[in-house]
Amino acid sequence: MSTPATTSQTVGPFFSIGLDRLGSNNLAASGVSGKRLTIEGHVLDGDGQPVPDAVIEIWQANTHGKYAHPEDTQEKALEPGFSGYGRVPTDDNGQFRFATIKPGSVPGPGGKAQAPHLVVSVFMRGLLKRLVTRIYFPGEATNDSDFILSLVEPGRRPTLIARKVQGQDGLLRWNVVLQGSEETVFFDC
Amino acid sequence: MAQIRGYRRPEPGTQPAHLHPPYVSSIKRAPTKPLLVIPPTLSEITGPIFGPEIVQPKACDLTSQHAGPPLGQRIIVSGRVLDEDARPLANTLIEIWQANAAGRYLHKIDQHDAPLDPNFTGCGHTITDAEGRYRFVSIRPGAYPWRNHHNAWRPAHIHFSIFGPAFATRLVTQMYFPGDALLPFDPIFNCTADENARRHLISLFDWETTIPESALGYKFDIILRGRDATPMES
Repeated sequence: MSTPATTSQTVGPFFSIGLDRLGSNNLAASGVSGKRLTIEGHVLDGDGQPVPDAVIEIWQANTHGKYAHPEDTQEKALEPGFSGYGRVPTDDNGQFRFATIKPGSVPGPGGKAQAPHLVVSVFMRGLLKRLVTRIYFPGEATNDSDFILSLVEPGRRPTLIARKVQGQDGLLRWNVVLQGSEETVFFDC
Repeated sequence: MAQIRGYRRPEPGTQPAHLHPPYVSSIKRAPTKPLLVIPPTLSEITGPIFGPEIVQPKACDLTSQHAGPPLGQRIIVSGRVLDEDARPLANTLIEIWQANAAGRYLHKIDQHDAPLDPNFTGCGHTITDAEGRYRFVSIRPGAYPWRNHHNAWRPAHIHFSIFGPAFATRLVTQMYFPGDALLPFDPIFNCTADENARRHLISLFDWETTIPESALGYKFDIILRGRDATPMES
């Protein structure tokens, strides 16, 4: 006899008083190896208006493609000081920005390597349960063979792939679009 | 990697849909396209692990964070974090936040005309013990008005954020109080179709944790997704 999981409720408009403490816009302290990146973007609602009261959470592998978690039994190195977790609220303009390192590839279904990616939870007033999505990287050869990306209809795949910013090495842009023709792909995982 | 054991998907009706029009804020924020169902991968069955070093010991007592005690009815909120197979989840971080006894949050955008309490911030955190137990000391939050519809009032509640063992188990929810007359009218509480699932959001008054001459006890167990019975080849 099992009890179903507790039902989700919205994070509401005042979450920052409870969730600020773990907030950090820098996932990788100095000394953590890997290619340094800054990812920034907006959270946009159904009217295209920025959402100033959202918070996103990041979970990612380190540069070697290893998660700091006991169920990752791969023989790959951990990076001291890198947990792979980040929590970033949007500002008054609905913008978020965080610095991290590019993750290595981790295994996926069928033992085939997944293209490098971050997994993302999105919380805000108006969302009764979190949204789950992913950030992939531009120009990555393995994006074309990635198992999860291949499940997404081709026209919507760009919503999951961050874009380079001309002339700014290491800066990527990626938006969370809640509704409309550019709506981000969200997952049931 | 050999095999991946994912986490069970919810029973129909036990979790809210993203769009719940009575909750007006969901209308422009809920995705309009169906979610894409994906198989579990290593990315979803792992997740952040927080050790005791992240926990400030006094953070579980919201009544002792300032020079004096906050106003309001002192309460003890305790319970266990379990999975759907009733296995305790140890070392799981729980964060809470709430309004003060007058129904006011210590937040710049809360404009409710009710007093702030200089002795109450309204946030706390703790980590579950080996049996999945947690315990907070706080005050009972007040109900507060919001602008969702005419004369809208939120029932008294405490927000809970729980991580569990994996990205897949992440949960944010709200705990309510038994006998609250506002519950039947609250679009957020009522967003979940299954009555039994809603009932589990209401804490139980508990004599065992009630402290004579001091505080009323409320029990609130949190259930996170259980593991799939069958692993997937990966």
